Amino acid sequence: MDLSSINPLILLASIMVASTPILLAAIGEMVVEKSGVLNLGVEGMMITGAVCGFVIAVETGSPVIGFVAAAFGGAVLSLLFGFLTQYLLSNQVATGLALTLFGLGLSALIGQGYVGIKAPVTNDVNIPLLADIPVIGRIVFQHDLMVYFSIALIAAVWAFLKFTRAGLILRAVGESHDAAHALGYQVVLIRMLAIMFGGACAGLGGAYVSLIRVPQWTEGMTSGAGWIALAIVVFASWRPWRVLLGAYLFGGVTVLQLNLQAAGTTIPVEYLSMSPYLITILVLVIMSASRSRAALGAPAALGRVFHASS
Amino acid sequence: MLTLEKRPSPSRLWTLLTPPLAVVLTMVAGGILFAFLGKNPIEAIRTIFWDPVFGEFAFYYRGQLLVKAAPLILIAIGLSLGFRAGIWNIGAEGQYIVGAICGAGIGLAFYPTENPAIFPVMILAGALGGWAWAMIPATLKVMFGTNEILVSLMLVYVAESMLASVSSSLLRNPDGQGFPGSRNFRDYPAAHNDYLIESAGIHWGVVAAFIAVIFAYVLLARHMLGFQIRVTGQSPRAARFAGVNPSRLILFCLGTSGALAGMAGMFEVAGPAGQITIDFNSGYGFTAIIVAFLGRLHPVGILLAGLLMALTYIGGEAAQATLGLPAAAIQLLQGMLLFFLLAVDVLTNFRIRFGKTEAA
Amino acid sequence: MNRRSILAGAVLAVSLAGAGFAQDKTKVGFIYVGPIGDGGWTYEHDKGRLAVEAHFGDKVETVYQENVPEGADAERALTQMALGGASIIFTTSFGYMDPTINVAAKFPNVKFEHATGFKRADNVSTYSARFYEGRAVQGHIAGKMTKSNKIGYIGSFPIPEVVRGINSAYIHAKKVNPDVEFSVVWAYTWFDPAKEADAATALIEQGADVILQHTDSTAPHAAAEKAGNVIAFGQASDMAEYAPRPRVSSIIDNWAPYYIARVQAVMDGTWESKDTWDGIGAGMVEIGEITDAVPADVKAEAEALRDSIASGEYHPFTGPLNKQDGSVWLAEGEVADDGTLAGMNFYVEGLTGDIPN
Repeated sequence: MDLSSINPLILLASIMVASTPILLAAIGEMVVEKSGVLNLGVEGMMITGAVCGFVIAVETGSPVIGFVAAAFGGAVLSLLFGFLTQYLLSNQVATGLALTLFGLGLSALIGQGYVGIKAPVTNDVNIPLLADIPVIGRIVFQHDLMVYFSIALIAAVWAFLKFTRAGLILRAVGESHDAAHALGYQVVLIRMLAIMFGGACAGLGGAYVSLIRVPQWTEGMTSGAGWIALAIVVFASWRPWRVLLGAYLFGGVTVLQLNLQAAGTTIPVEYLSMSPYLITILVLVIMSASRSRAALGAPAALGRVFHASS
Repeated sequence: MLTLEKRPSPSRLWTLLTPPLAVVLTMVAGGILFAFLGKNPIEAIRTIFWDPVFGEFAFYYRGQLLVKAAPLILIAIGLSLGFRAGIWNIGAEGQYIVGAICGAGIGLAFYPTENPAIFPVMILAGALGGWAWAMIPATLKVMFGTNEILVSLMLVYVAESMLASVSSSLLRNPDGQGFPGSRNFRDYPAAHNDYLIESAGIHWGVVAAFIAVIFAYVLLARHMLGFQIRVTGQSPRAARFAGVNPSRLILFCLGTSGALAGMAGMFEVAGPAGQITIDFNSGYGFTAIIVAFLGRLHPVGILLAGLLMALTYIGGEAAQATLGLPAAAIQLLQGMLLFFLLAVDVLTNFRIRFGKTEAA
Repeated sequence: MNRRSILAGAVLAVSLAGAGFAQDKTKVGFIYVGPIGDGGWTYEHDKGRLAVEAHFGDKVETVYQENVPEGADAERALTQMALGGASIIFTTSFGYMDPTINVAAKFPNVKFEHATGFKRADNVSTYSARFYEGRAVQGHIAGKMTKSNKIGYIGSFPIPEVVRGINSAYIHAKKVNPDVEFSVVWAYTWFDPAKEADAATALIEQGADVILQHTDSTAPHAAAEKAGNVIAFGQASDMAEYAPRPRVSSIIDNWAPYYIARVQAVMDGTWESKDTWDGIGAGMVEIGEITDAVPADVKAEAEALRDSIASGEYHPFTGPLNKQDGSVWLAEGEVADDGTLAGMNFYVEGLTGDIPN
């Protein structure tokens, strides 16, 4: 075993890339859940974003337009979920799961003619000056734009929830929709906006897979990343920076175990391949054990149906 | 403008009418989709919804409906108990896998015994395996307040790794020329979950599913525990005043759903699937979540929902094979069916009024 | 027991219906483990199906089912096709072995062809490709091309077919470059583009400048391209979109000739159960074009190796070869028998690490 072949700084750089799809999807889902809605259809929205982004990027030759299309595609698909759960008051868990099935099928149909085609290349942005810092520069400041965008998005969501009035309203809706309604806020409208935001983020996360991380289109290519994103939200106790922590932790262990394998470690491979899941559980247990239960942070109205005149 | 007015109690009429209405809407929307894909819509719809039950080869498909529906129903019944009480076991797939590994493992350990006791022992082992796997999130939740959604979901992936591992090592068929996969239970009569009535597709797993439906019905309608589950779901605070011990309820609900999922896995591996292989699980644990909610978390509803889901799978496969519809179109159709079922449900609980929206 | 009696009626009905059909069209069925849009394994089988259609035109009707899980679902899909009047059905994944045998027993008049398995019956043939022959050519190129002497190998599951490929590639890389080292990463999946990308990146970051893969997506190629000076090889399909670099060559599964021959045999009434394990010689394994990124002399050597394997003059597993623990496997000039190859679960001498189990 030659662990010295693992360069921790380079490892960090690949962790950032590997974690970005789940990070994007998770921060979107966190906002949705903060508004009191549980959308289990993340996987369906991600894969739809992946195909929309890929198709449009190939057709226009521009990855940026591809990403915009992916966000749009994810948001449109999430509208379906929003309409059913907010206006027809359907069960959120079941509707979300149905959305996943629907999205997987839809994306496969859309992508039929796009198998085996190469995506236009997304260039890394070398942030001037910063990228030239020895060692750190290469790791932290030489990625594609979406990596920075995802981190900026975390900061933006954090600031939005903490400092803005709109953020306060969103949280209020998620804690008690009846009280928010009584105060004159349009619960359904706010939730629809949150759901669309979640859809757009999931779409971006999917497009990151199909346009940068892999990059190609194949059916079912997100292979469960949406589920991991859902778990990360729970892991984060609905806090933005913890979403970043959770996504990087999960992505980090995933990348690390592959690196350990490549370095020829003696730990049996089956344990290594389980390790991202086990370590995520372990860290969550440690965090929840050291905290009072009241502070677990799930929005009180999460998953509950809201009907104004009842 | 349309407004919704909550009914004082769910409409009995609409409870019965909404599912067929949703199916009809799905047929229309699906027909349009299929026409768009260049297929004859009427033929496609007939192949999916009619032929499996009444068509030329229905003698075969009817039995297969039960084979496909049984694990879904068995798992969904267990899940519904927890879901009613607000306990979210998302990891039935993992419990299903571990149940299958344990059940099959015990059976294979005694290969090639002819002792008929082996089969009940395997059922027990399967249930215990699933139970133990579900006890991990349950215990963590009770002890540390760890969220069971995350733990149960993560354990699915751990179980999948275990499955890949045991099927290429511990449980590998010694006569299998080094290929992964266990012995086939078909060649091991004492441990084989064979059809009891072949034409009807009835094996012990189907029997167990029916027993579970009855058990859940009685539990929820008649038993104190069922009352506690319902109360906790409606209002955790009220439940505490009613003397419900939340920890006990978590352990019971997660444990039961785990045991049923584990049993389902064992019946499947020893019967229809026949052997442990790297990807022997095929998502029943996730599909069962949909089945549970489609059945409105009611035992009888779950029974019907399970059969309907099975029909779309079997009819969908037939449409692929006979009409060349892509698998993706079938998935899309299933998604639409679920959407319509969930959407029209609104009619059960609400009255639609035409007129002005009341002032907000 | 009563299984037979129930389906006896069905079989009769099918053979009657089949008799009516047989005049004009032969129905050919395919069971796929993945979606036809996977760009790899299933994609190539489906190309074989399309080739059958193109070759026979109106004389055949092909049907297929994608994403069929192994186990009970596979049995149903097979029964469905047999009931639907298929004369021959190809089941294209190892996991369909027992279902194929079971269903075949109920439909003695239908021919079944199972890919990569070892169980046969009067109406069940097996077929597979000697991918390891292609791996030998890849190993040769890899050994010549590597500057860092580190070659990364992305394995799917630790099963004989994958182990065989690793051994074959290693033996031939070592032959031309004694300093070469292999790092194997097990992805525990056949197809997960994101994970494959991560695995490739991990290998590259640890100094590998050649990536071999036994998983189906092009993600490792993209990782190699991004890294710059790394080469890779197409797997299952040509992956020509990454030529001339990083993809310098590929192993292509070409099922079309076999499928056409077997369907023809059914039409002629000459079909019989047999085991086919074809390689480069029969055209079942193709070496995709070796690009100009490979120096001309290396390319010529690789092509010569390919041709000598094709003609049968050279076998990739020819002694002297030792097992990983140093014990003798094949003596000088001895050639591995197919039985050992089929169940290969050991590394050859020089490979490091353990096969997980």
